[in-house]
Amino acid sequence: MRIIMTADDMERTLARIAHEIVEKFNREIAHAVMVGIRTRGLPLAQRLQARLRDVAGVTLPLGALDITLYRDDLTQIGPAPLVRKTELPFRVTDRPVFLVDDVLFTGRTIRAALDELIDYGRPRTVRLFVFIDRGHRELPIQPDVVGQWVATELDEIVHVLLREIDGRDGVVVTRRTEPLNFEALV
Amino acid sequence: MTGRTEPASDMTSPGRWHRRHLLAIEPLSREEILTVLDVAAAMKEVSQRDVKKVPALRGKTVVLLFFEPSTRTRTSFEIAAKRLSADTVSFAVSTSSVSKGETFLDTVLNLQAMAPDAIVVRHRSAGAPYFITNYIDACVINAGDGSHEHPTQALLDAMTVRERLGRLDGLKVAIVGDILHSRVARSNIFLWHKVGSEVWVCGPPTLLPPVFRQWPVRVTYRLEEALEGADVIIVLRLQLERHVSLRFPSIREYFQRYGLTRERLKYAKAGVLIMHPGPMNRGIEIESEVADGPDSVILYQVSNGIAVRMAVLYLLLGGATVP
Repeated sequence: MRIIMTADDMERTLARIAHEIVEKFNREIAHAVMVGIRTRGLPLAQRLQARLRDVAGVTLPLGALDITLYRDDLTQIGPAPLVRKTELPFRVTDRPVFLVDDVLFTGRTIRAALDELIDYGRPRTVRLFVFIDRGHRELPIQPDVVGQWVATELDEIVHVLLREIDGRDGVVVTRRTEPLNFEALV
Repeated sequence: MTGRTEPASDMTSPGRWHRRHLLAIEPLSREEILTVLDVAAAMKEVSQRDVKKVPALRGKTVVLLFFEPSTRTRTSFEIAAKRLSADTVSFAVSTSSVSKGETFLDTVLNLQAMAPDAIVVRHRSAGAPYFITNYIDACVINAGDGSHEHPTQALLDAMTVRERLGRLDGLKVAIVGDILHSRVARSNIFLWHKVGSEVWVCGPPTLLPPVFRQWPVRVTYRLEEALEGADVIIVLRLQLERHVSLRFPSIREYFQRYGLTRERLKYAKAGVLIMHPGPMNRGIEIESEVADGPDSVILYQVSNGIAVRMAVLYLLLGGATVP
């Protein structure tokens, strides 16, 4: 198991991501909406929303996207994965959409998210912010702002732990068969 | 998806679905029922979008095989399948070769040769959907078999109650009317028993035989007793087309003893939910003012029917084929 970030590192990285968003997309922020991809993109989007309020003085409307029904591997994986609600309490047409996820890997989740978003309308732009980019893309998709780039092997899993879901913050990389050792993170 | 970083514990979520068919509520566990309802809650959002369609079941074929007349259930399944991007084919018995003398089994074998992914079947004989599973590879969904079960109806009833009352346990559920002929009653009895609510069944003795005393229900022939403190009232249609002999003196007398009226509603809790699986006989089992009144959730049931059927189709067809 490799520890990539501690809770403190994550706070600093989130602050940097927020500043980078303001720097790069200052002209879009006033009209943008923030959309987190379930599961872990959603709390990250909430945290970025709070950061952007502090940094840029605007509170972006927040939505959640569940991309399960848009996956391209539904017929290849075991039992049908559970579906949770997509909640976009705003119109996306003609607005910049700030899409947030925890880990960018093959790019297939983002492909599914883009397809789902477009079923809701025609965004002016879609920007992608990810906390970790672990490489190994299988589709031509790239992020606009990255928390940290992490070199990984294909048989590794990147765990972005969030206190809202996991009770603690941190980023660790394990082998696929290796159990997660929470104690090492303290 | 491979890019997701779910912790190991999520992989063995107890909510996983492993069944190939949905034939009845009776064999389901409480957890399986809740899984369907959770997925249905997510599916409901799809019906509220501008583009009411998701690609989850693209390329799947769903055959709607209805040997009994049905508008609501067939349409509901068809809309559900289409909102998930599945292709649907309706096979109505009146226009099919069954009317030319083909046996049920031959019809099924012919369908099997066309390789559908799911068959939604309604048949006058109890057990017909189960029978089919022995001959075909497709997933089978029971849309009502004789007086046996109508599982998606009970699931949509439960979804409606959970949405409205916020829970499924500790409730008094009164099922009133033609219990004898009702598959809706049987599915609901199993469901509410499994989720921890008390079921009362009520009807004239000719439509509520003593065998029900062996079921996990309270039996009464007095409507007032069934309604007393009820949280949910499920009014059943008087299925006159199934009655082989006269079960009560007259429709008028039936309404007087067992019809749900505003007067009788006073026995139930304030804010009681009034449900009916449809089609409704106004003035026979239910007074119009009650059916259209503030406590009636009959039309919500119809909307939720689509969400529940989307959930069932998705859970059966959405993953890899279960061997």
